Amino acid sequence: MSLLDVTHLDVRFALRKGDVKALRDVSFSLDRGERLGIVGESGAGKSVAAFTLLNLIAKPGYIAGGSICFDGQELIGRSDRSLRHIRGHRISMIFQDPMMTLNPVLSIGEQMVECLKAHRRISTHEARAISLHKLVQVQIPSPEARLDQYPHELSGGMRQRVIIAIALLLDPDIIIADEPTTALDVTIQAEIMALLLSLCEKHNVGLILITHDLGVVSQVTQRMLVMYAGRVIEDGPTREIINDPQHPYTQGLMNALPQMATPGSHLNQIPGSMPSLDNLPSGCAFHPRCHFVTRPDGQHRQACKEQVPDFVTSGNCRVACHMVADMLGYERIPAEEITQ
Amino acid sequence: MSVADAASPLLEIRGLEKHFSLSGDFLEQLQFQGGRLVRRQEYVHAINGVDLEIQRGEALCVVGESGCGKSTVARTVMGLLRPSAGEIRYQGQRIDDLSTQALLPYRRRMQMIFQNPYASLNPRMTIQQTLEEPIRLHHPDWNRQAVEEKVQEVMTSVGIASDWGTRYGHEFSGGQRQRIAIARALAVDPEFIVADEPISALDVSIQAQVLNLLMEARHERQLTYLFITHDLAVVEHFGTRVAVMYLGRVCEIADTATLFSRPRHPYTQALMSAIPRLEDDRPQHIRLEGEVPTPVHLPAGCVFHGRCAHADERCRREIPSLIATDDGSRVACHAVEEGRLD
Repeated sequence: MSLLDVTHLDVRFALRKGDVKALRDVSFSLDRGERLGIVGESGAGKSVAAFTLLNLIAKPGYIAGGSICFDGQELIGRSDRSLRHIRGHRISMIFQDPMMTLNPVLSIGEQMVECLKAHRRISTHEARAISLHKLVQVQIPSPEARLDQYPHELSGGMRQRVIIAIALLLDPDIIIADEPTTALDVTIQAEIMALLLSLCEKHNVGLILITHDLGVVSQVTQRMLVMYAGRVIEDGPTREIINDPQHPYTQGLMNALPQMATPGSHLNQIPGSMPSLDNLPSGCAFHPRCHFVTRPDGQHRQACKEQVPDFVTSGNCRVACHMVADMLGYERIPAEEITQ
Repeated sequence: MSVADAASPLLEIRGLEKHFSLSGDFLEQLQFQGGRLVRRQEYVHAINGVDLEIQRGEALCVVGESGCGKSTVARTVMGLLRPSAGEIRYQGQRIDDLSTQALLPYRRRMQMIFQNPYASLNPRMTIQQTLEEPIRLHHPDWNRQAVEEKVQEVMTSVGIASDWGTRYGHEFSGGQRQRIAIARALAVDPEFIVADEPISALDVSIQAQVLNLLMEARHERQLTYLFITHDLAVVEHFGTRVAVMYLGRVCEIADTATLFSRPRHPYTQALMSAIPRLEDDRPQHIRLEGEVPTPVHLPAGCVFHGRCAHADERCRREIPSLIATDDGSRVACHAVEEGRLD
């Protein structure tokens, strides 16, 4: 059994016009020390997936089904009080915008001590010592001085280092990082990513990295999920997916990157845009943009238009696509097997 | 157009500087210091002496990290900001000191596409109105039919369905809005387009659509671009020439192919090595010490010396100027000039 097992997770937002299905049948697992990337465009549901893990989705969102099993305990349905032992302690989170995450009226030291004392019975003096140690680990210049500084006195990259230090404070088993470097410049992004990677490796911390950047995922993670319109559509070892993507959407995403084309040539764009979640197309949510369906001889592909595709295994990956299933000769695997 | 026009650059920027005051008005600048009242002013030095030439038909990309002044260059060129010093010439005619009235003909020939399509479309105008507005402003003599025909033409050319005309901006997605913004820029048949990070607010699959559209427009309409971006992959694909900026200065300028095959300036090298790549091996990423200094207190000498591994005494003292190298690129670096650095 893995450290974290998510199975058939269904998350909906109850709106006046009806339920919006933000996540449909999302399953994945994470071993101790493993690094998993969740990739998708805006609206794919990758952030909702991350927030759901710690039951951080606010009303009108609710978990409609599925299970999140962390270290042998079921997390869904637990009270906020009992989740508090896990949140920030065993699973911690790094958010996108470092300015929004830190409290502007508390010094860095106060925020770190506050977090430690909420989880452990220790003196302020001890808590400060631990905080300082973590700031040293994230390679902040003059860490001692930083403890008494306020967030606005630090640059974006420095703030994100502080946030990583806070995420590591209680030696968590898993860190969920939601677009941790999107707000930062390329050179700073590379530094922060390298830091996060080395810390996770050193302390054997699992990492769930949510990003839209295929380059970052390719550099950092061992396994990846590709999400589209609330579903996982492809899942497998990062190298295999990057080198040989199976799902037409993943292929399209890779081919659309300028670095995949000769300079100045026409880019292989995916037509259209991601459907809104309250008005999903029938069958495979990607079919209106899929070139296997839109091309002249694809019109007969009724299955794509009518039936939500099941997962099929292809190599070490699993792919939710009728086209891939057809090519593999309908080697469908039952759902129970996938989750193991 | 005369022969001389064709030979001279379409746009010429000379010694451009732009400072923004941080100190507020006169009373706010007064401070007590050692028992005396002194006036203190602080400035953000956004651009510190930039020279650029853009030839007709070029797509010049300006890259750099946030705060390097690339957007300020774009806005100053468009006349949205007045330069603190230096001059901007369009086909030899100085345009940075013109009155709004005198600038109007140039405004038709130079158009701008902004980064955030959620902010650049007027939420109270239909798409038809949005596209008609620039045409009516620049061609007040056109009759209704001519205006509508022109709108139809640009809508078709950027792939907008004609029934979008009656709808409002909020009904569209980011990619669609950016299409509308491009249509608005093309509506007055400009020859020069300034695009300030036009695709960075968009998703990957949509970025390709918009980039394709910009490239098609360039070939069909013989457009010249000043393209501001932080994404080097986009530069390599789109640009014919690249200027790399750091703290308000151009540190390297070269043809795209030259720059990508052989970056010379230490900052360019670090920037290129920092791009996350799809390839297997973890790249030899050049680590830069520290972060970009604030443009309020500029470092003396080369602006990059504090983070540069090759900096010496001269770099800390003397500002390097752009010097041509053997492969046609121009690099502002003492180490490259002295041959200390290949």
